[in-house]
Order: sequence, then C-alpha cells, then structure tokens
Amino acid sequence: MSSIMISRIRQRQISQMITSGKRLDGRGLIDYRPIKIETGIIEKAEGSARVLLGKTEVVVGVKVEIGEPFSDRPNEGVLTVNSEFVPLASPEFEAGPPSEESIELARVVDRGIRESQAIELEKLCLIPGKKVYVIFVDIYVLNHDGNLIDASALASLAALLNTKLPIYVVENGEVKRTSEYMPLPMRNYPVAVTFANISDKLVVDPWLEEEGVMNARLTITFDKDGKICAIQKGGEGALTPQQIIEAVYIAREKAEELRRMVVKA
Amino acid sequence: MFFFENRQIVTPGDLLAEGDYIAGNNTYKEGFRIYASRLGLVEYEGRTVQVVALNSVYIPSPGDQVIGKIEDLNINMWTVDINSPYKAILRVSDALNKPFRQQKDDLSSFLDIGDLILAKVVAFDRTIDPILTIKEPGLGKITQGQIVRVSPAKIPRIIGRKASMINMLKRETECKITVGQNGIILISGPSPENERLAILAIEKIAQEAHTSGLTDRIAEMIRREKSARL
Amino acid sequence: MSGKIRLIDENGLRVDGRRPDELRPIKMEVGVLSNADGSAYIEQGKSKILAAVYGPREVHPRHLALPDRALLRCRYHMAPFSVEERKPPAPSRREIELSKVIKEALEPAIFLEKFPRTSIDIFIEVLQADGGTRCAGTTVAALALADAGIPMRDLVVACAAGKVDGVLVLDLNDIEDKEGEADVPVAYMPNLGLVSLLQMDGLLTINEFKQALNLAIEGCKQIYRLQKEALKAKYLAIKEEVETCLQ
Repeated sequence: MSSIMISRIRQRQISQMITSGKRLDGRGLIDYRPIKIETGIIEKAEGSARVLLGKTEVVVGVKVEIGEPFSDRPNEGVLTVNSEFVPLASPEFEAGPPSEESIELARVVDRGIRESQAIELEKLCLIPGKKVYVIFVDIYVLNHDGNLIDASALASLAALLNTKLPIYVVENGEVKRTSEYMPLPMRNYPVAVTFANISDKLVVDPWLEEEGVMNARLTITFDKDGKICAIQKGGEGALTPQQIIEAVYIAREKAEELRRMVVKA
Repeated sequence: MFFFENRQIVTPGDLLAEGDYIAGNNTYKEGFRIYASRLGLVEYEGRTVQVVALNSVYIPSPGDQVIGKIEDLNINMWTVDINSPYKAILRVSDALNKPFRQQKDDLSSFLDIGDLILAKVVAFDRTIDPILTIKEPGLGKITQGQIVRVSPAKIPRIIGRKASMINMLKRETECKITVGQNGIILISGPSPENERLAILAIEKIAQEAHTSGLTDRIAEMIRREKSARL
Repeated sequence: MSGKIRLIDENGLRVDGRRPDELRPIKMEVGVLSNADGSAYIEQGKSKILAAVYGPREVHPRHLALPDRALLRCRYHMAPFSVEERKPPAPSRREIELSKVIKEALEPAIFLEKFPRTSIDIFIEVLQADGGTRCAGTTVAALALADAGIPMRDLVVACAAGKVDGVLVLDLNDIEDKEGEADVPVAYMPNLGLVSLLQMDGLLTINEFKQALNLAIEGCKQIYRLQKEALKAKYLAIKEEVETCLQ
C-alpha cells in the first residue's frame, strides 16, 4: 500500500511535522481520525456495518449459511473472513484475483476474531461433523484513505454484533430453517490498533499519505480483557523492541476507546 | 580498532572497525563504525577497511572489458547479454567502421543472435543500460576458443596482483587467455589439452580464491598435470 | 485451543523433551543448489526447508521494474507432501500472506538501492513442515541472500516464542503451535537490534508478550551464531584442506 507516489517535499513535510510531535492534518501522534459507525445498512445481509475512518470507508456484510465443519473441529461453526479491494475505492486497486495486501488484511482481521474466540463457534453446531453454521464476513473497501486494517476490524466487529442468526432446527437428521432469529452468540470484542513508523516515531491510524511515507506498520489487536490476541508487522522497515513495547501500551488504551464506540453502536 | 584479523572471513553485519577509518568496498559506515555488507574476506589496509566478496554479480563500469552474447537485434543496435542484471546495448555506430545503410544492410550479417563478442563498456549509470563498443583493436566477434564462467567476484584473483596469476597461467599453459570483468573468460591454446589445463586451473582458482599461497599452488598443479601427460 | 494433550510434563519438559527455553536441533548448509545465485538448506527439528535466490537480474514483466531500487519478490511455498494431509500445490491464502511478511522481514536488511531496475527473487520451499516454517524460512532465505553475494546491512534471523500449557516456550514445534495458547514469530537483525517480522496469534497479557518477545529475540541470537558458521563453513572447509596440504 506504500506504492502511492508522494513527492519528496511532501514526504519531508510529513516526517518533519511528526518529528515535532504533530501531523499534517492537525492530529496528535496517537489520535484517531473521526470515526463513524453505522450498522444494519444492508437488509439482505444477516449483519452489516459501515465504518468511516476519516475518509476511509469500509462496509462489512455478514452472511450465514449451513455447511460442513472443519474435520478437526467437528462440533464448531465455521468463520470465514474475506476482503475485496473494490476497484472503485482507489486508483491503485485493480479488478482480478485478490492482492497480497487484501489477503493480509482479511487474515489479520480473521486472526483477531478467531484468537479472541469472539464468536461462540461451539454454539453453532447443528449435526456434529455434518452440519454447522458458516459465518461469512466479507470486507468491502469502498474508499482507501489509509489504515484499512483498523477500519475493517471495527466494521467486522460491528457487523457481527449486528448479526441476526436465522435459527435452524434438526428434524429426522435434516436441518430446517425456521422463521425465528437470534443474535449471533458473541463472547469477546477484539479491536485492532495500527501504527505507522515514520522518522522513528509511531503514529496511530496512518492515513494514505502517511502510509506512503512510513517504513513499517504495526497492528496490535486487543480483546475485551486487555489481552493481546493478534499482532502483525507490515512494511519494508523494522522496529526496535522498545518501540514495540511502547506501541502495545498505547494500543491497549486506544482499543478500549474504540471498543466503547462499537459496543454502543 | 579492528575486530578481525586481516583476511578473515566475515558475514554481512559484522562490525569490522571502529574509529576514524574509510569504508571501502562491500562495507558500510554508521557513525564511526564500519560493518561488512557482503560475505567475504576483510582487508585492513592503511585507513581503509574493505571486504573482498566471495560472490557477487557483475555491475558494469565504464572501461571494463567484457565478453557478451548477442541476444537480440533491431534496426540499428544489438542487445547483448553480459552476465549482468543489466542488458547491454551495442549500437551500429559503435560496431562498424563503415557507414550503415539501414535500407540495404542486414545487421545479422555482421553479428547474429548467439554470437559472442569481446567488448568494452563505454557508458553505464543507474538510469541507462550499459553501452558497449567493439571499435577498438582486439575487440569484436569471437571466432574460436573455449569459454569458462566464474563468479565475477573471483576475477581479481584470477588476474592476481600486478597480473601475476594471469601471466603465470598464460606462460605455463601456453594459452591466450582473455578475461572479461563480467566473469567470462576466453581461452584459446595450441591444443585442446592446453586449453583443458587452463580451464582446470581457472576453476581451481575460483574455488580456492579465498586461500593463501594460491599462485604457487596453481603453478605446481599445472606442472604436475603437464608432466603426468608426457 | 483447549489442552487435551499435555504439552508440559511434571518435570517441566516439553513433548519432545526440550526445556522451555531450548531450541530444536538446527542444521544449516549454504550453496546447495548449483543453478541459483545463492541457496541454503535448513533443518530445524523436523522442519526441512530449501531457499534459493536469483538476482539481481532483469525484471520480468518489465513494467514492474523500479527506477530507484531493486524489486524484491518472495515466494514461500509448501510442497504437497510436506504435511500430514496433502496440501494442494496452488498457493493458499496463508502462503501468500507469509510470502509477504517474510519479504518484509528481509527487505530492511538488503541494500536494494544498489540495483535499480532489477529484481531479486527469493524462493522458499518447505519440504517438510513441523512448525516454525515461516521463521526457519526467513533464516534460510537470509543465508541464501548472503550466499548470492547480495549486499546486506545484517543477516536476518527468525524464531518464534509462544505459550503452551501456561508456560512460555521457545521455538514451537507443530503440535505446540496447534495446541498451544499463543505463538509469536519474530525476525531480528542482531547487529542492528531491529525487529523486522512480528506476528502473534493466541492470547497473551502484555507482560507475557514482553517476555515472549525477549525469549524469541534470545533464540534469534543463538540461531544467528549458527547462521554465521554455516555461511563460513563452505569456505573454511576448502581453506583448511588446501592450506594444511601446503604444510
């Protein structure tokens, strides 16, 4: 995502501001852009949410189907996270097979949900080893202005919390859909916080131009109990262990703030 | 302060020296510290700290003599594979002494795809592909001899200090040996036996480039091989 | 991730008899493939991985060439027979992600700016997987890069730490990775003191994470020594042979 070309002058401006503790858009180093979360925006989906993070816009739809469980988890429902960098979202995005960035994005979001055991998958089994609920989380990036990971993680969590699960029953070894719904059983609320390393300083929630200047990216996902459930370093640069530890503490606070916004929405 | 003995093997990232020294080939400097950037032998000479690489690709430099293979041709130039990440260009004006008539003359009648040439690098920098010439005495199409390839990093060793190694090779094997800086060497001798011997010697030098007493050892090997054949 | 299997026994030892802070046996060899510009092989426990480097070379397709530096590409791939159940040969999403993070782990070490308009291609083939393959793959790829004579700021070395049965452990094997509570793969450049790959999955408190990060870095430092020995071994063997003959 650092492929956008930024002039040297602009690069220097951005990094000089950051060295002096400020950012071009007026934010402090650890401030998020304004965040707006809407849920239930797609009626045909079992759950949905739109997140605006500054100008970055992501829609997540959750679809529920009946399918087979993984052979090593016969008593659990299945979670699948996918992401699409829709060509309308950026001049950099192209139609075609998923880019490595979009695969990474989906996998980082997936890891946060899975490792925090956010969804009570064991409650989503209908016939052990045969029929379970399959939860599809589809991340749709509509406008790319940086920090797709946090926006997508937030939208995914909001959409899952918004999800109404159609209730199926088992009759004579067959699953049948009823007209009833229940909320998707959730026990945890993972939230991702992403940093960019620019001029050896960490800034939270990088926007597109900052991503063009950063040499490394670090995402830390926290669960509701203040435990780390996923980490991902990205970008061509490297970080000192001290920077990483510093980031972990900031991320815990930020995750708490963001979580309150989603759970409220 | 030096952290290794002269000609010890070092690996990328090894701290070689600290203090007021000059960072030579295959090293980099941060503050007062000089680190190795390539696998090789460290050399401390005066104030200069450098690493003689054990392997490297060929990066053209103006003035280098290289051996290349014609890979493609178009209206007024050839592209030449010179065993480098960068394809070289040989323009008609750098190849022919007579005027070239685009309508009538066929480039492939002078140099065709697959032909080998001995050439000199005229120009190269980060933005343009290397440009060759064959318009100097001794340069041009190669019509006979055998080719050996070694890592370009070994070429200085094959030439030796003040050409001591290469002169010894020529004398002992009675072969004409033309060294391309790009790791390609042309050998032509009075007999296939002599050529074979020269190839054997060159391969051994490349293999043992990082050891000491090499010139004597190679000379002895050649003499031994020669007497075994008599 | 429930502990059906005991991963730490009453003596505090792990399933393969290691102490918590002990690495698996590691074997490395450099220059194992003649076609490649650089190559290396690693065995770490039962994980067996080959790496080859081609380049710097002309970029194909040409429009990908960068005007100011070399294009670094990396493919991490698992052989179909490398795991219990055959893995389809087409790259999975996991392999695509790992290719990306490994590339980004190696990138800060390489002087890419020395070779504008070229590519450096790294191929990592996992022949047998028994946990920790992204780390061992990074370690062996760094060896192949150095063997190819590509200028680097430092070697890159990687190792995971994690938590199994409530205990922080170094260099997880497959079962510890699958059944354990957390896994923290780390790549490190020891002379520069920089972390260039960091991932985590599982659940850790901040304090546990700090310890795991330290443990992984200590593991990296141990492997670093082996890595340097492996790089020199090929040349030292020749040197020893000919120079002792001389005497």
